[in-house]
Amino acid sequence: MEYIGIDIGSTCAKVAVLDEDENILHQSVQPTGWSSVDTAEIIKNMLLEKGICPETGKVVATGYGRVSVPYADKTVTEITCHARGAVWLHKKKDMTVIDIGGQDTKIIILENGMVKDFAMNDKCSAGTGRFLEVMANTMAVRPDALCELARKGKKVKISSMCTVFAESEVISLIGQGEKKENIAFAVVNSIADKVAAQCSKMNVGTGEVFLTGGLCECGYLQEILEQKLGSPVLTGPECRYAGAIGAALCSRNI
Amino acid sequence: MIQLPENFETYAEARKAGFLRMKQLKESGRKVVGIFCSFVPTELIEAAGGTAAPLCATSEEPISAAEADLPKNLCPLIKASYGFALTDTCPYFYFSDFIVGETTCDGKKKMFELMDNIKETYVMQLPARRDEAALDAWEKEVVRFWKKLEDFYGITITEEDVKKAIRLKNREREVMLRFLELGKLNPAPISGYEMGTRLDGLGFNPDIEERCRIIEARTEEVIKDWEENYRGKLSKRPRILITGCPNSGIREKTIKVIEELGADVVAFDCCNGTREKVEKVDETLPAARALAKKYLNINCSVMSPNETRMDYISNMIDEYQVDGVLELILCACHTYSIEAYNVKKTAMAKNVPYLMIETDYSKADSGQINTRLEAFLETISQFK
Repeated sequence: MEYIGIDIGSTCAKVAVLDEDENILHQSVQPTGWSSVDTAEIIKNMLLEKGICPETGKVVATGYGRVSVPYADKTVTEITCHARGAVWLHKKKDMTVIDIGGQDTKIIILENGMVKDFAMNDKCSAGTGRFLEVMANTMAVRPDALCELARKGKKVKISSMCTVFAESEVISLIGQGEKKENIAFAVVNSIADKVAAQCSKMNVGTGEVFLTGGLCECGYLQEILEQKLGSPVLTGPECRYAGAIGAALCSRNI
Repeated sequence: MIQLPENFETYAEARKAGFLRMKQLKESGRKVVGIFCSFVPTELIEAAGGTAAPLCATSEEPISAAEADLPKNLCPLIKASYGFALTDTCPYFYFSDFIVGETTCDGKKKMFELMDNIKETYVMQLPARRDEAALDAWEKEVVRFWKKLEDFYGITITEEDVKKAIRLKNREREVMLRFLELGKLNPAPISGYEMGTRLDGLGFNPDIEERCRIIEARTEEVIKDWEENYRGKLSKRPRILITGCPNSGIREKTIKVIEELGADVVAFDCCNGTREKVEKVDETLPAARALAKKYLNINCSVMSPNETRMDYISNMIDEYQVDGVLELILCACHTYSIEAYNVKKTAMAKNVPYLMIETDYSKADSGQINTRLEAFLETISQFK
């Protein structure tokens, strides 16, 4: 039996397939594009090409596009999926999971492998992947390049939490001739500050933090989060798939 | 979700049905006093031969008009209520002879000053503490309002008039409480969405006796159905306690949704729930003192300190066998959002998951709320 997890986020769609022994048979990521329904169809064809059949396997869909996967046996929210995926990836049961997604950031407190408490950002996109993307666009750099640039920057601060206002702040910094790396520094620090503020509101303490979602490969963000939270922050390239892996694990319970 | 009865009347329908009735009442010479919070001793209005018209608005529509005078980052209930007054689009405001407000939250209190320019708005000074001095001061306010009604209408309201109204309102409290306590049954016999909608809708019915008859009939019907079809069949659906701000304006995107997602809303610690109903007015004390005592004990977050609300929530968690506490906060409601810290602690101390949702009357955040509620139910089901 194949266990298929599909995580359709606002920016990227992630797929993970596990076998009976929880070995990863397949994982992949692609842009969500403008239609989650089309994306779900593309994923289905891609899986079939790889010899994985969504009709015979168990499928759980998660992410904001979870309702757009007609062949899913069940939908489960990102909170539960990221929690299960994090426990599986990190092989630990007590931790705080921070998922920085395209349009929302989630803080999940896990105790003994169970979700004890969680919080999500409100309508506002501060502290999310979208924030980074918008700023990267304005600065004409790729989001991953912005992360690396930030490491070389210093001092500059963006005070607006709102993406729209922050963008105009960035534009005026560019206008003033501020160095690119300093603006990048300000952008990434602004995300980390917002996330740290959300964590302190939830009393997450100083236990281990596991970072999932699209920004898991931004090494600099991981470093400054460690400083701001006073906790070890663990992550890795595979953490992008935490939601999809969690969804695949959830499909075992169907 | 537990089925709604066939003749179910939505809140909007109940409000609309009340328009004509209010007009007829008014034409027949009935006195109408517009009210907002549950702190107003409506017994006095009843004793004056009047009826209290509920003016707390639940619609997004008049908010943009209100923002001409009021700040944007203010509670939607306050903005909507003021907006209706300003645009003269609420029949209940229109038919009110005067408005009675009280110094509950800062937003309402200052809004009343502006509302007074549109229609006479009389304000009762509610103390925030609950001690002897506060009780004495509040009793004076009750007497002052009593006198205000006499002067405004040129009538005399006797002690016996008020006592009679106290007995009537106490009976109503008993009937409503019995209806709300149906939520203690397991499995839940009635949808929480129906309970809340029905009670809010009844506010537009000016006849207290008739309100009691309607609710008693529904209570009996629900009990009969439960005895015949559900008794002994314990349900796995998570049982939710609703707490926080008045929720009439956000009921569709929160309470209705969580029930559609598979939970039963069984308990309401809010001003349209059991909060005002649990303590009756003491029928043995002098009327003004008795009213002051009862109304000062309402567990609204405007009171400081307000530990009694925490005790009450804690007891409700046991009595209604609650699996999750959902706190609903209207944007920019400072007293409830600060007090949420204590509510969360109270729920956590009972090992009951807690979720706070802060929202307004718009539909902009429906998607995010859905995900949160769904995740909340998944969290609860880990423990069940």
